[in-house]
Amino acid sequence: MSLGPDILKIKDLKKNFGSLAVLKGLTLTVRQGEVLVIIGPSGCGKSTLLRCLNGLEPVQGGQIIFGGQYLTDPHINWSRTRQRIGMVFQNYELFPHLTALDNVLLGLIRVQKRSKTEALAIAERWLTRVGLWDRRGSFPRQLSGGQKQRVAIVRALALEPEIMLFDEVTASLDPEMVREVLDVIVNLAKDGRTMLIVTHEMAFAKAVADRVIFMDEGLIVEDAKPEVFFENPATERARRFLNIFQFSDIHKPQEPSASPLAKEAQDVKESNDAKESNDAKDSKEPELS
Amino acid sequence: MDFIDWDFIVSRAPLFWAAAKLTVKLAVGGILLAAALGFLCAVARFYRIPVFNQIAYFYIELARNTPLMVQLFFLYFGLPRLGLVWEGQTCAIVGLTFLGGAYMAEAFRGGLAAINRNQVESALSIGLSRIQTLRYVIAPQALAVAWPAISATVIFLMKETSVFSIVALPDLMYVAKDLLKEGHSGETNLLLILSYLTIILPVSLFFGRMERRLRFAGFGS
Repeated sequence: MSLGPDILKIKDLKKNFGSLAVLKGLTLTVRQGEVLVIIGPSGCGKSTLLRCLNGLEPVQGGQIIFGGQYLTDPHINWSRTRQRIGMVFQNYELFPHLTALDNVLLGLIRVQKRSKTEALAIAERWLTRVGLWDRRGSFPRQLSGGQKQRVAIVRALALEPEIMLFDEVTASLDPEMVREVLDVIVNLAKDGRTMLIVTHEMAFAKAVADRVIFMDEGLIVEDAKPEVFFENPATERARRFLNIFQFSDIHKPQEPSASPLAKEAQDVKESNDAKESNDAKDSKEPELS
Repeated sequence: MDFIDWDFIVSRAPLFWAAAKLTVKLAVGGILLAAALGFLCAVARFYRIPVFNQIAYFYIELARNTPLMVQLFFLYFGLPRLGLVWEGQTCAIVGLTFLGGAYMAEAFRGGLAAINRNQVESALSIGLSRIQTLRYVIAPQALAVAWPAISATVIFLMKETSVFSIVALPDLMYVAKDLLKEGHSGETNLLLILSYLTIILPVSLFFGRMERRLRFAGFGS
């Protein structure tokens, strides 16, 4: 894949919640057309990182430069900037009082001030692409989780953002709906879209990532090609993290909840359900003991 | 049927009709203004807008914890001492707005509080401004949640209009009190009850209908 110039530069980013440091001077550069998958244990700061990039969290230090613009500038026009940075959330967050179509139209008409005809054409193109044009009149409560998440992705994409942020977008989905959402994202990757994806779906990460960013305790611990990261992680920390997935793969069927890692196993439940991940990872199993 | 004096009822009905029209006029004016005032106060409270938040808080507590009759007394008899003379109708509408605004504010605030904060973030993330977020995303959902409380407040305020007679307005209560002097207390009572029912019952039914519609059009998720 041919990559363009640097589109996003994060320098020494610091974010605290009260006295708790969540991001401790994180530095990262993303090139146009690149797909970064960010993984790491709960509380490592990966979701917070995405929220900082979209101005949903104020930062305490460092810089974020996006397409030449300083997002860390306190006088930034976020309304304009957020149209260039699409974000999709774990719990879809569709607007429940609007139909699927109106969810997509809202930003096009009210934010981008497009005409109704033009907005409709854009919405039709995107909803058709994710296979939901015939559900355009449905309210969110009438849609399945996977359908809601696809509408949410379209709602962000319709504004033609230059980068997409996905924050654990399959974590709330029933296993059988994970695939339909991930397929949409894989297709976007094929289009050459710049994307930052926080996920626990390891097989998906392996398939879609140009680079895997492994975070722990507010810092980037590894930044590597997926084949390198998954086959031969450089750090002990990453190895242990990946082993959690192995462990739960092996033992969960026999002792569903007695395992001390049951909670972590639950956190990564969806990835276990993506069965295609198993064969690739089985080879590493002996390292466990 | 000499139990009820129908002639009396028929002959006095026009008096009640005129009074009912006045009651409706004052109620509609006061309630609309109360809804507007209440919405602004709720937004100030909900977004914790500095200064306005505190003003709204004190206003709400002051208005909710004093009777409308006392508020009207102040407007009608107290303000002239300060050089401000308002006629009865103005006092009635201002008084109803003052009282109702507080109740409306609490009703709207309940609706706003019920909306998940993630909805705000989701709206901001597609580039909506804060005002647009309120207008297109938060307020419509909050209104649906607050609707039962709003309808209770509307009905309550319509009934509160029955104290307007103390500022010398010829509303339903005023006319009834006047007629009682002629005797016929049973017939007068009947007319009074029927008049209020005629005004308030349709409002009540309308709000109930709207509530069901909002629930179906909505979401319930």
